[in-house]
Amino acid sequence: MPSLPTIQPDVETEAHARAAPGGAFDAEAAGPAPDGIADYAMRLGDDSLILGQRLTEWCGHAPNLEIELSLANFGLDLFGQATMFLELAATAEGRGRDADALAFRRDVLQFRNCLMVEQPNGDFARTVARQFLFSTFQLAELEALQRSTDSRFAEIAAKAVKEVRYHAELAAEWVIRLGDGTAESRRRMIDGLDWHWRFVDELFAPDEVDRPLVAAGLAVDRAALRPDYDRSIAAVLAEATLSRPVYPRAMIGGRKGHHSEHLGHLLALMQYLPRAYPDARW
Amino acid sequence: MRTSAPTGWRPERRLAGAMAEDASGARNAPRREWPLWEVFLRARSGLSHRHVGSVHAPDAEMAVRHARDTYTRRMEGVSLWVVRSNDITAADPDQAGQLYEPSGSKVYRHPTFYDLPDEVRHM
Repeated sequence: MPSLPTIQPDVETEAHARAAPGGAFDAEAAGPAPDGIADYAMRLGDDSLILGQRLTEWCGHAPNLEIELSLANFGLDLFGQATMFLELAATAEGRGRDADALAFRRDVLQFRNCLMVEQPNGDFARTVARQFLFSTFQLAELEALQRSTDSRFAEIAAKAVKEVRYHAELAAEWVIRLGDGTAESRRRMIDGLDWHWRFVDELFAPDEVDRPLVAAGLAVDRAALRPDYDRSIAAVLAEATLSRPVYPRAMIGGRKGHHSEHLGHLLALMQYLPRAYPDARW
Repeated sequence: MRTSAPTGWRPERRLAGAMAEDASGARNAPRREWPLWEVFLRARSGLSHRHVGSVHAPDAEMAVRHARDTYTRRMEGVSLWVVRSNDITAADPDQAGQLYEPSGSKVYRHPTFYDLPDEVRHM
């Protein structure tokens, strides 16, 4: 089935991909190799875009007004980052697309976000778990990206890092309050962390797209961020009187467009209006 | 991943958890409100804090975060104070008459009988 996530390292070679028979799933891999910089920028932009979209699903449904504003603010911050990164990707790929075209005209197989951000919101504790695990990573990634040899990435990172620092801090505060709270909030917090733990390894997994960019000093060496990440997570979990989740295997594949079933539904909602009214302007 | 029972030694955290518990759909949970906090803001170029409204929050740190999210969306560089509403003691408005009116007719309390030098600002 085309939309199963890859649960083992993808060993498909380029030759195999080119020789693949016609069909939507294989055709994507057989297409022209994307420019490394465009793909890298798309990964960063898609992470922010999809997470922002998830957070806007809370609009009108948050537990209370203050949380509603917090989540909406986060969503807006993320859309701002997505706009900048996707504009950069569009410029780098040079195919005449802009950020809007990338956001609203690509389909599931072309999205490069990690699997964690496309997970459904669930209850508030599950949303907090996703935010905590992702924003802590994104903060480390952006802090490192500020030192990119490509000034375009460095500038976007410098702007976004302050926002994401706030995201990570507030999410951590919520993990602590829900974890070290009532029996029910604790159970839900544990469930939320357990659910998302399987998507953590993908955040730090290097692949053939970012290896040359890391060597050139443009991209962040994400694997190197893992020890500090583990320490940050452990510190917050300790204060929340929670223990580190354990999951038997990691789910990966988002960076290659092998997404979970959730992304299709999310895009159907997100892209409906621009696709239905392609000439609309405002 | 199951740990020991929650320590619960921070009562405000239990309150935060309780609110989220209601929010996440626990059935038959009694309605519990977070404490109310009054928010005071001083803009970067301002002189004094102004009362801008209130937020609900389980504890002081969250109150600052909620106030920041609610009241500083369109400004930079503010100083933010939050105070529990219960800690504010206000004069009874029904007693405004006896509290304030006597001062109105005491012209000798007003410093209007000399000229202020131009250098003195904010008077």
